[in-house]
Amino acid sequence: MSAKNAQAGSSLWRDAWLRMGRNKAAMASLAVFTLMVFLCFVLAWFCKDPNAVTLTNKFAPPSGDHWMGTDALGRDLFSRILYGGQISILVGLVATAVSVCIGVSYGALSGFAGGRIDATMMRVVDTLLSIPFLVVVIVLQAVLSDWSSDTSSWIVTHWKWDKTFTDRLTNIVPLFFALGLFGWLTLARIVRAQVMSLKEREFVEAARALGYNRFRILVRHIIPNTLGPTVVYATLTVPGFIMYEATLSYLGLGVEAPNSSWGILIKEGANFMETHPGLLLIPGIFFSLTLFSLNFLGDGLRDALDVKASKD
Amino acid sequence: MPLLDVQNLKTYFHTRAGTTRAVDDISFSLEKGEIVGVVGESGSGKSVTCHSILGLLPQPPARVEGGSVTFDGDELIGLDPLLLRAVRGRRISMIFQDPMSCLNPYLRILDQVAEPILVHEDVSREEAESRALEMLKKVGIRDAEKRANSFPHEFSGGMRQRAMIAMALVTKPDVLFADEPTTALDVTVQARILQILRDLRDELGVAVLFITHDLGVVAEVADRVVVMYRGKVVEQGTVRELFKNPSHPYVKGLLACRPSFETKYHILPTVEDFLETKTASDGSVTLRERSDAAQRLEKLESDGDLEGASDSSALLLEVKDLKVHFRSGGGFWGKPREVVKAVDGVSLNIHKGRTLGLVGESGCGKTTTGRAILQLICPTSGNVTYGGVSLSGLAAEEIRPFRKRMQIIFQDPYASLNPRMTIEQALLEPMNFHNIGSGREDRRARVVSLLEEVGLSSSHLRRYPHEFSGGQRQRLCVARALTVEPEFIVCDECVSAMDVSVQAQVLNLLRELQDRRGLTYLFISHDLSVVKFVSDEVAVMQAGRIVEQNDAEQLYRNPVNDYTRQLLDAVPQSDF
Amino acid sequence: MFRFILGRLLQGLLVLLALYTITFFLAKAMPGEPFTTEKNVSETTKQYLRKLYGLEKPLWQQYIIYPSKIISAGDFGVSTSKGRPVNDIISQSFPVSLVLGLGALTFAIGIGVPIGIISAVRRNSWVDWSLMAVAMVGICVPAFTVGPLLQILVAANIPGLKVAGWGSPLDFLLPAFTLGLVSAAYLARLTRGGLLEILSQDFIRTAHSKGLSPTRVILKHALRGGLLPSVAYLGPAFAAMISGSFIVETIFQVPGMGQHFVNAAIARDEFLLMGVALFFGFLIILMNLASDILTGLLDPRVRIGKEAS
Repeated sequence: MSAKNAQAGSSLWRDAWLRMGRNKAAMASLAVFTLMVFLCFVLAWFCKDPNAVTLTNKFAPPSGDHWMGTDALGRDLFSRILYGGQISILVGLVATAVSVCIGVSYGALSGFAGGRIDATMMRVVDTLLSIPFLVVVIVLQAVLSDWSSDTSSWIVTHWKWDKTFTDRLTNIVPLFFALGLFGWLTLARIVRAQVMSLKEREFVEAARALGYNRFRILVRHIIPNTLGPTVVYATLTVPGFIMYEATLSYLGLGVEAPNSSWGILIKEGANFMETHPGLLLIPGIFFSLTLFSLNFLGDGLRDALDVKASKD
Repeated sequence: MPLLDVQNLKTYFHTRAGTTRAVDDISFSLEKGEIVGVVGESGSGKSVTCHSILGLLPQPPARVEGGSVTFDGDELIGLDPLLLRAVRGRRISMIFQDPMSCLNPYLRILDQVAEPILVHEDVSREEAESRALEMLKKVGIRDAEKRANSFPHEFSGGMRQRAMIAMALVTKPDVLFADEPTTALDVTVQARILQILRDLRDELGVAVLFITHDLGVVAEVADRVVVMYRGKVVEQGTVRELFKNPSHPYVKGLLACRPSFETKYHILPTVEDFLETKTASDGSVTLRERSDAAQRLEKLESDGDLEGASDSSALLLEVKDLKVHFRSGGGFWGKPREVVKAVDGVSLNIHKGRTLGLVGESGCGKTTTGRAILQLICPTSGNVTYGGVSLSGLAAEEIRPFRKRMQIIFQDPYASLNPRMTIEQALLEPMNFHNIGSGREDRRARVVSLLEEVGLSSSHLRRYPHEFSGGQRQRLCVARALTVEPEFIVCDECVSAMDVSVQAQVLNLLRELQDRRGLTYLFISHDLSVVKFVSDEVAVMQAGRIVEQNDAEQLYRNPVNDYTRQLLDAVPQSDF
Repeated sequence: MFRFILGRLLQGLLVLLALYTITFFLAKAMPGEPFTTEKNVSETTKQYLRKLYGLEKPLWQQYIIYPSKIISAGDFGVSTSKGRPVNDIISQSFPVSLVLGLGALTFAIGIGVPIGIISAVRRNSWVDWSLMAVAMVGICVPAFTVGPLLQILVAANIPGLKVAGWGSPLDFLLPAFTLGLVSAAYLARLTRGGLLEILSQDFIRTAHSKGLSPTRVILKHALRGGLLPSVAYLGPAFAAMISGSFIVETIFQVPGMGQHFVNAAIARDEFLLMGVALFFGFLIILMNLASDILTGLLDPRVRIGKEAS
């Protein structure tokens, strides 16, 4: 007698995946986003140098050589879009990862601790939430961008890193923090609400009755059950961050040369929209398509994981 | 001609998983001024029936596939939605199970009660409101003038159901569909609501289709009964006839498996003792009576005299003057905090190998008492002594050894298992944590034998909780509690959410385990019949205190306390 | 009720203090020195201002001087990059932003809520899908793409609408639409979601069983609760709309408040930065309070001052 004849059951994740497989919009979105990631992070390496200026070939129409034409400095638009996408997508993903880490731990602790600790922790979140997010990020960016050029030169002189690479890195790292540091607030509230309600569920009480310690209950029984809403919310946060990055870059407070991002490309394109609308439209389409797919993916995940739309 | 005549009604649900015949070719009728009880377990199609009649089902997935419903000479099936709306709420009204979720939380009670008049009749707002107010008084809402302007959340459960009834009857309909109207209520409140329904039937001449899973309620309130099972009507007749001489094996089983005050069985008969279900290859089902049903029943009856543990067994658990007080409200800027005395001086003695029943209405503090005994809630004061050791004031590590000896089973088996763990993980975890058994293989073997002990098989090991039925999940919860080999188990309303046939199986399981393992139970329930069946001793709780405690037989036969008497009187009886 | 509002205002003061602290230290951490980018401020004036705002004093004293000036005299300081009092800048630009914001709000509610209702009522039909796809476009296409597109496609082709500028009453149409578009899209989604949640509840079935028409069920029984998420969203969203948007203002050349904020951050104009940030924070707190009160009016269960059972 052993478990050999036991049939494997279907976990909630597997069920959700099957449900999602039936959602055509969500699957199409997944395909589009995967394609975007492939284009920006794999195909980009085989493209032309996005910063190669050819002043003799400004505003070239699409051709075999330049698939989507060239910009005001004669740079290849297609390869600029792919390289810009790298930064945009990376900012979205990393800032989300930062805010998920902070949000889940903060929310779980607050909800699990309960009582005064919870009340204080949540009052901090409420206060931070009332602070205009973009305002502080803009100021923070202004402060951090100065810091980043200092850091870059320090790294180059002391660690002998490649200068272009270091500049690119130190330019975007502050963005991750600026966005991630504030993006976790809503997630913390969602996770806390989940933990609060899970704490009252009988299976957690059964775990307490079985004598498990608090850490085990939190890690084994509570947090795994908060992952559904977390995944959904995180997916919907990525396009939000990509939008913020674009807005900041558009304001001149985000990504700077030699980096580029979709926000920068759109800003540059808007300058020539009357004569060369393609320079605005093509990056705009890439940008919106990515946001579109991520939002639909999030909606699909929400339906599949059966997460209520409530905010707290 | 009957007032409402249902002929060959068929309602199917078409989903991705296939077609479910929720209502499968049923016929019954309702005469003027009559109360007909429709009885069935969950999923038997009783609610779908009345929703189909009123066109309230979401279509798709539901579809009425055939049959006819004539109401006062008019066909309702396929009727134009506009005309059907003129019937709904004016000539046929409906009340539902949960009066909290069924009343609109955003609107005042008076607005909701007056609304059917305003929609269906050409009267002024003032007149509609004064008629609504009159109806609210009629259903027994005191200070109706003042309270009519309240919102539903300001009413108690019983008051809400009264308001629901007022809303349904305010247009003086011919027929009232009552869908489990008393299921969410305490027995004493249920008794009052049933009385109101009967009085209004006599006064207004309204015919009532009373849908319930509770045979006792039907016996109390109905003139005739229709029993449904798997979408079909298996038997119908007058109450007396059906309760005295049931002919269908399912009805026989249903009547027998219900514990009552007079039950003499040690192990309850189950529906399976009477009914044999054969599923053909095309999915159709044939129901047959077991040929050996009579012998099975006889055997159970002869086992009835068997008495369990002796009366003089040792004291296992002693609770002295236990108090649990909660602070409610308050907060940063809120009202000053109030103290709620959930448990206010409870003393109990529980003897080894015996069962103490703790019975009381919702909010009386019985659940809190159970949790406080297990030290899951920290008591405000008082002492719990387990096996001679005082548990009060022990640190978490010092309590841990006792966690192996005391366990708990909850009401809701759906919420009691971690949905992200397989059965194997859920059952292995306690043994790993407490170092029970020698090594991995031994623990696995124990898990398998436990599963078999509670009536499941090792093929279920790698499944997840959501793949089991409610009854199976409760068995799993029992198995999980048994992994640490406890001697004392708190059963907190552990059969309250179940159909009677499943309830009988779980009660039998608990009893068999007690016989085999010498377990001690604290059985917490609001259901007096079930408590009578399982308990050796019974304590009655009201407002945080024990008002009466005695040997089970004694307490039910000669209740001393007024409240106990009131509770016992409120239980619907079906002895004919 | 009074107690609640008082409590929320006190809490709001706390938020303002936190916001002030963050912007104060960030402003101090910004590179450079105030008055270094000055062109139009004379040396004597600079000296005078330094003394007035205690800029040569230790940091902790500066931290106290600024708010005490606001409290005692309503003085938000002087913009070092513009050489004008911050009070003047706000009082000139805020009315412009207010008009623009109110226009945007009207667009957002007027478009978003009806779309959400229609979508919820016709859920899972092609009407629902296409409306929600349109809403998604509204969320995914940034204002700095929508604005220029509107200029090319609409303003250039319809007489009376200017591509940019602020003067005649019609001028606010395009920027207000651009500003309100994202909120309209969010509102449509929130209204739909909120309404669907309510429509799945038991009391809706009760309403149908009373023989009400579907329209009455939606309007009388479902809409109240269904609008709650939208109301909660609109508080901060409206505050953001009336405090101006740098992007929309730049594209359509509107003299609103948003540009000052970004310019201040770039020019290290600390008084203007803190003044505008505090003003914005104040608006958010006010609008949050308004949306809480509105929620209480819509939902009796959270009604203020009454204890829920």
